Amino acid sequence: MARTLINVPQKAKRGQVVEIKTLISHIMETGYRRNETGVAIPRDIINSFVCTYNGEEIFRAKLYPAIAANPFITFFTVATETGTLEFKWTDDKGNVETGTAKITVE
Amino acid sequence: MKIGRMRGTLVALALLLLAPLLGGAVAPADRRSAYADMSPETRAMQDDDTANPAMLAVLDGEALWNRKAGAADRSCADCHGDPAASMKGVAARYPAFDATNGKPVDLEGRINLERTAHQQAPPLRLESDELLALSAYVARQSRGEPIAPPDDPRLAPFIAAGRDFYNRRQGQLNLSCALCHDDNWGKRLAGNVVPQGHPTGYPIYRLEWQSVGSLQRRLRNCISGMRAEVPEYGAPEYVNLELFLMQRARGMTMESPAVRP
Repeated sequence: MARTLINVPQKAKRGQVVEIKTLISHIMETGYRRNETGVAIPRDIINSFVCTYNGEEIFRAKLYPAIAANPFITFFTVATETGTLEFKWTDDKGNVETGTAKITVE
Repeated sequence: MKIGRMRGTLVALALLLLAPLLGGAVAPADRRSAYADMSPETRAMQDDDTANPAMLAVLDGEALWNRKAGAADRSCADCHGDPAASMKGVAARYPAFDATNGKPVDLEGRINLERTAHQQAPPLRLESDELLALSAYVARQSRGEPIAPPDDPRLAPFIAAGRDFYNRRQGQLNLSCALCHDDNWGKRLAGNVVPQGHPTGYPIYRLEWQSVGSLQRRLRNCISGMRAEVPEYGAPEYVNLELFLMQRARGMTMESPAVRP
């Protein structure tokens, strides 16, 4: 059940710096733990996060095993034009979670 | 003059009799949520619904609330409708007495009773993602409401048992709950401020757990920390203790789902 919470201001003035907050539900299993019978639990983390703004990449992050479960990523961008922000998280199993948010620039 | 002195004696006598009950209990004016002791960053995380990871559980809970389940093929919403109205303040009143079973149940217990009785579905495993999601969704509807445990005389013996558990020294460290949470709150245990132990925000997202957990899970942490015998999930000891803690926190504001370090 990977799910996301995305917070982007609905409206912004042209040229305004806006904060974008994203949260995704993920176990972020490090690969360093063992289960009760001593078998290593395979690593399963979100390894990459990409955000595009009207198709143009504005933010990218690589994630590593030291990052806690349910990664919360926030960053800033400049509101240039009305459009759509697209978010993409990819994990070690190849699962891709996506989300979108609209922003109106006045 | 004589009557005044007698009244004074009576008050002194009453205080003397009450003293063992009051113990070192936190004075009502001094009560505070552990929220007050959190770092500004953790507080900000709780205050912003798009940063609070427990809201992921609330979203799951909303989906489960509306999903039909069991042989009755009914959802929670089919009977209870919009939880913003029907579940407002409910979490602030639990645990409550369940007349059918003749014992108190907490919110998770109530959800499972409803599932088996009205949805004819198997109960959800305690501390499972599904049950935590539903209880987080229901408790979310009580955010901002005052804790208002029911004035039900049938609960009295269970509250007394909870109070007894709270005040009893146990475990290899020979500690009681009261020694920390009544007598030494505000001081530090290692790097952490000792809280007063009010259940204002359950289920919580605990950063240490990296997940959502119930009040029972939190109580287990403390009990194993005292190196005492930890009752199984769902044991009556927990419900009694939850009852007592809700009495102790009467009137405090619900924060569910809270974030804790």
